[in-house]
Amino acid sequence: MSNKKNSSLFILLALVAGLLFVWDLAYGPVSIPLKDVFSSISGAEASKSTWEYIIQNYRLPKATTAVLAGIGLSVSGLLMQTLFRNPLAGPDVLGLSSGSSLSVAFVVMGAGLIPGVLSTWMLSSYGIILASCVGSFVVLLAVLAVSQRMRDTMGILIVGLMFGSFASAIVSILTYFSTAEQLQKYTFWAMGNLGNLSWLSVLILTVCVVFGLLVSVFCIKPLDALLLGENYAKSLGLNYRRTQFTIIAATSILTGSITAFAGPIAFIGLTVPHMVKLLFRTSDHKTLFSATMLLGAVVLLVCDILCQFPGSDVTLPINAITSLIGAPVVIWLLLRKRNTFDR
Amino acid sequence: MTDPILHTRDLSIGYQSKKHTTVVASGIDLSLGSAKLVSLVGANGVGKSTLLRTLTGIQKPISGQVLLENKIVTDYSPSQLSKKLSLVLTEKLPPSNLTVFELVALGRQPYTNWVGKLTPEDISKVNEALHLTDTFHLSAKKHFQISDGQLQNVLVARALAQDTPLIVLDEPTTHLDFQHKVALFRLLKKLSSETEKCILFSTHDIEMAIELSDEIIAMNDGKAIQDTPSKLIESGGFDRLFADDNIVFDKQKGRFVFRGI
Repeated sequence: MSNKKNSSLFILLALVAGLLFVWDLAYGPVSIPLKDVFSSISGAEASKSTWEYIIQNYRLPKATTAVLAGIGLSVSGLLMQTLFRNPLAGPDVLGLSSGSSLSVAFVVMGAGLIPGVLSTWMLSSYGIILASCVGSFVVLLAVLAVSQRMRDTMGILIVGLMFGSFASAIVSILTYFSTAEQLQKYTFWAMGNLGNLSWLSVLILTVCVVFGLLVSVFCIKPLDALLLGENYAKSLGLNYRRTQFTIIAATSILTGSITAFAGPIAFIGLTVPHMVKLLFRTSDHKTLFSATMLLGAVVLLVCDILCQFPGSDVTLPINAITSLIGAPVVIWLLLRKRNTFDR
Repeated sequence: MTDPILHTRDLSIGYQSKKHTTVVASGIDLSLGSAKLVSLVGANGVGKSTLLRTLTGIQKPISGQVLLENKIVTDYSPSQLSKKLSLVLTEKLPPSNLTVFELVALGRQPYTNWVGKLTPEDISKVNEALHLTDTFHLSAKKHFQISDGQLQNVLVARALAQDTPLIVLDEPTTHLDFQHKVALFRLLKKLSSETEKCILFSTHDIEMAIELSDEIIAMNDGKAIQDTPSKLIESGGFDRLFADDNIVFDKQKGRFVFRGI
């Protein structure tokens, strides 16, 4: 009964994702007819060689990044929300992105302090990726340490928020002492950008996201057990510490790599799992997992399309769009939750 | 006589920190057999929870041993233990969209594959547990849509689905009204005799426990004595249950009375 409804929802979501992907390729400062979009993807010749170039070297990597980032961030959010048993947990609220930002800021603005070859390497995209991953992992470990001491999950969230403020304060200090060029590099990174990635970077991102997702797939059964709370989960044979570590490792691989390549993208990880839970009305992580992946891709593709300001060639930063949509959704969720308590 | 499912040897329970060792109770020799309903009674703070935590391997004993099917309980790996021992706890479930069926089906986790897929055998075990606890008609409901009494039955069903020789319940009757307390006691009694499992639970409803349990573990004054209800009454095991001298057990009425107000 509900399975039938779910599978039709899945098909619908997949179709929407496919359509949006093609739309994302066709739409932009230069509109490209669908026929030419398809011929460029399939390797045939498009009517104009510039169109072919735009699709293959700019829009296709950008749309792919949008799909990967949407999937990865949303799945991270799902993992965090079940682990912390808190509907407002997410990779950004817990300070993971702040950790990445701080670490990247150190590398971008502090690389001048390190001599020669090392600083060149640090400023390459690999250095930034590594810095971002390390940053988010360190914050996650800190959050974990706090969560061991503090039973109160609200406390953990507050610690995450505090860490965010702390990180941005240090970033401001670094900015104050940095050159205009360094500052620009960091600011552009911090605004989030799905484009401008070479195919090699997209490939590395794909490997990281796929790896993170594979690790998360092994968390599906433990996540279901965690729906009953820590103690019941343990009595069902769950190794809690190992599970906690696996979930956190998966989240930091996903969030860290995505933040490294596309910059911090807010709210996707927080809102998409909620939208999925509203749509599917289930807690079964097998369903939630695949649905979150699909809807994550859909939502970030929509945001990417919205970034192209209609009728002009202005491109808005992706982070602004996701926050513009995400913040009202979170407020609405809170209000809705209050209502269910009143009932 | 067959081997007991769980027994203890000269067990001391309590808390250990770096400097202090606080012994809550000592010299405990218990023996829990199959098809027995055993209740654990005692005043607040006497160490019922500590005893349950020690018996279920969550906490290490100060000295002595807890043996579950002749193996020390803390030597089991979590997954092995989950096939021997299931729990019903007092804590509230975190918010989720779980249906009653899904909740009970989580009890099958020790037996399912890496992604938690239910086999036809798992499904029939879940349905059996739902039927035994009279909650089958609730299967499709969300767990937050049913009453406290129904939820308690569903949690018992979850423990049954886990298919373990021993089920331990921590104060399962606490939030229930009189009618549902009686119903839950009856259910536990029925389950222990029909499924041959040993069911151990802590409770403050001592009079009901006396009436329906096969055996009672009475805890007071750093000791835990196990016997049948009638023998415990005869030997005066209930008289010292509460530290207040004004509360005594009336052997004729089979219940506690208090005087001097």
